[in-house]
Amino acid sequence: MQTIWERWTSLDSKKKSKEIVGQYEKLAETLGYQSAEELESDVEAGKVPETEYGLSQWRLIWKKFARNRAAIVGGVIIGIYYLVAIFGNFIAPYGLTTRSRDHIHMPPQRVRMVHEGSLHRPFVYGTIRELDEDFRLTYELDTDRVYPIRFFTQGDRYRLFGLFETDVHLFGVDDGGVVALLGTDRQGRDLFSRIILGSQVSLSIGLVGVLFSLFLGTILGIVSGYFGKWVDDLIQRLIELIRSFPSISLWMALSAAVPQHWSVMQTYFAITIILSLIGWTWLARQLRGSVLALRNVDYVLAARLSGANHRWVIFRHLIPATAGHIIVVSTLSMPAMILAETSLSFLGLGLRPPVTSWGVLIQEAQNFQTIAHYPWLFLPAAFMAVAILAFSYLGDGLRDAIDPYTI
Amino acid sequence: MLTYIVRRVLILIPTLFIISIVTFIIIQLPPGDFFTTLQAEMAETGGGQGRETVRHLQELYGLDQPLWRQYFTWIAGFPRLDFGYSLGWNAPVWDVVAGNLAYTIFLGFLSLVFMVAVSIPIGIYSATHQYSTGDVVLSALGFIGLSVPGFLLALIWMFIGIVVLGVDVGGTASMQFRGAPMSLAKALDYLNHLWPPVVILGLASTAQLFRIMRSNLLDVLGQQHITTARAKGMREKKVINKYAVRIAINPLISVMALEVPKVINASILVGIVMMLPTLGPIFLRSLRTQDVYLAGTILLFTTVMLMVANLIADIVLALVDPRIAYD
Repeated sequence: MQTIWERWTSLDSKKKSKEIVGQYEKLAETLGYQSAEELESDVEAGKVPETEYGLSQWRLIWKKFARNRAAIVGGVIIGIYYLVAIFGNFIAPYGLTTRSRDHIHMPPQRVRMVHEGSLHRPFVYGTIRELDEDFRLTYELDTDRVYPIRFFTQGDRYRLFGLFETDVHLFGVDDGGVVALLGTDRQGRDLFSRIILGSQVSLSIGLVGVLFSLFLGTILGIVSGYFGKWVDDLIQRLIELIRSFPSISLWMALSAAVPQHWSVMQTYFAITIILSLIGWTWLARQLRGSVLALRNVDYVLAARLSGANHRWVIFRHLIPATAGHIIVVSTLSMPAMILAETSLSFLGLGLRPPVTSWGVLIQEAQNFQTIAHYPWLFLPAAFMAVAILAFSYLGDGLRDAIDPYTI
Repeated sequence: MLTYIVRRVLILIPTLFIISIVTFIIIQLPPGDFFTTLQAEMAETGGGQGRETVRHLQELYGLDQPLWRQYFTWIAGFPRLDFGYSLGWNAPVWDVVAGNLAYTIFLGFLSLVFMVAVSIPIGIYSATHQYSTGDVVLSALGFIGLSVPGFLLALIWMFIGIVVLGVDVGGTASMQFRGAPMSLAKALDYLNHLWPPVVILGLASTAQLFRIMRSNLLDVLGQQHITTARAKGMREKKVINKYAVRIAINPLISVMALEVPKVINASILVGIVMMLPTLGPIFLRSLRTQDVYLAGTILLFTTVMLMVANLIADIVLALVDPRIAYD
């Protein structure tokens, strides 16, 4: 069969029929061009492969995705969040529990560039602590003490990626001063460092939880759709049973069952598993639907008739065919997962200090009287809100690009 | 029709039975019971009773019985509204729960009303003014509303109330009115504490319903019978209200049923954050103290609310849409 492109090039411009022009314009639009002329000039410059819809399915998806600005912004924000989380110990100037007794409830510091009327390298002023008439701590700037922000300073010891022991931090100030860009909490711990280190827990719980529900959901969903009969019935009834509970009450009840004396790691995994326990049902439902439709598609039937075993069909045909679905559903489950962890920890049922996640940080600010006086303690919620919005935009963009007709 | 309803209600009974078993198992999962938790708590502060007393109390309240017997004792009381005894409140579970259950249903109902009252008009507006400034703004707001969860909205509202407005926006009434006799000022104050949770509970679902209403109506408006109606010279108002909206509204009923679990979930979390007497706060407390019957009953109630909402949605859908076969 002739491709549109071949038909296009075989004709000179006067003879190009309306129909072909129409198709070509459509192709140009699909590929993200403003007009057919633009595509043509690119083709002449050798930038576009000369076959019909010369791009693979994934390239087409990418093209469509790249045009969705909100989704790109969301994706970039998520990328930054994860990068910051991965290098968290390096970026955070202090450790999780490093406290400064002289800087309790200190408001966020401003990084300044002007000292006594002249330009200076970035620095923070020292502070003088005072008690006001309500016996609350207030901080006055001490403009005599200047702490320049130094890069690659030595600070608390930590293990980067849990492997390399080092004490180099991205930035910090000389001994005697503190740098608390987002203020400090009631124990004088730097909130900026704690939010960054907390994001390691919050973001990884989202990721691990989604991976786990992906594992359960993919296997059970595909098995359910592929084998049908009683296997299908059993799995579907199980899903219905789980879904007949409102998710928050079920999560709360299950995480209340996690014993208090469990170690940090045990609690972390227990909470992750509890979160995925509901998450997988959604994915399984979706995949079952697509597998039911795919089961009788020619290439799957052909594989079965040629003697391929179940494993081959599932892993070679069904999973790749539903990959788009899987990606969309898992991206869209991430914000729900992160939010669930945050709300559980906020209620005191999820992770508990000394583990620090966004939820734990919000829980520490839960006393609203405290927030009235020290509003910066509420900043972890802002970080979480941004992450959730970014994930939603990213997931929505992916869905539109990969799978515009479902959900 | 009647047989359909009866059949749907009858199916609920075995489902409820299974759910009550699962609920009971989940609630019994944590090691220990109310008395050992209490004992551990008191021992931390240096108080508490001896082992002997604890065992005696367990015997007294039947906590030493095998689980299956405890379970049957529990469900046997259901028809008499006897859901066991809450050790944490020292009162029958029903007495503890009833008020909060009523408030949760009240709040949930109001947010459903809010959802419908807001999403349908703005959905119609957006669809009839597609790509206008109003439509673009509403669609953008709708998307944000969809992704910001009620729990976060409640936190933000409390934050704004305290930091910006300088008032305590939690609870059902302001400090000075608690326990005060009824007056106009008190009623106004009550309303002032009622609308924020209603809006917060309903916001995400409102956004969802709005999006669906908008796209449904756009679909319907493109159909031929609408063109015919217009061609006959029917007034535009009548075309929209009598022809298009009536069809576009149908799918919203089943979508609303899907929104009910979100409202129930949000009512628990928002109730805790905003210190409202929903099922949330007592559920949290009962879970912490291992007040098993109270926790189990609340878990069961939230599930039943969900099932009843689905049932109502199915029945309403069958009533309004003659295409659904119900025999």
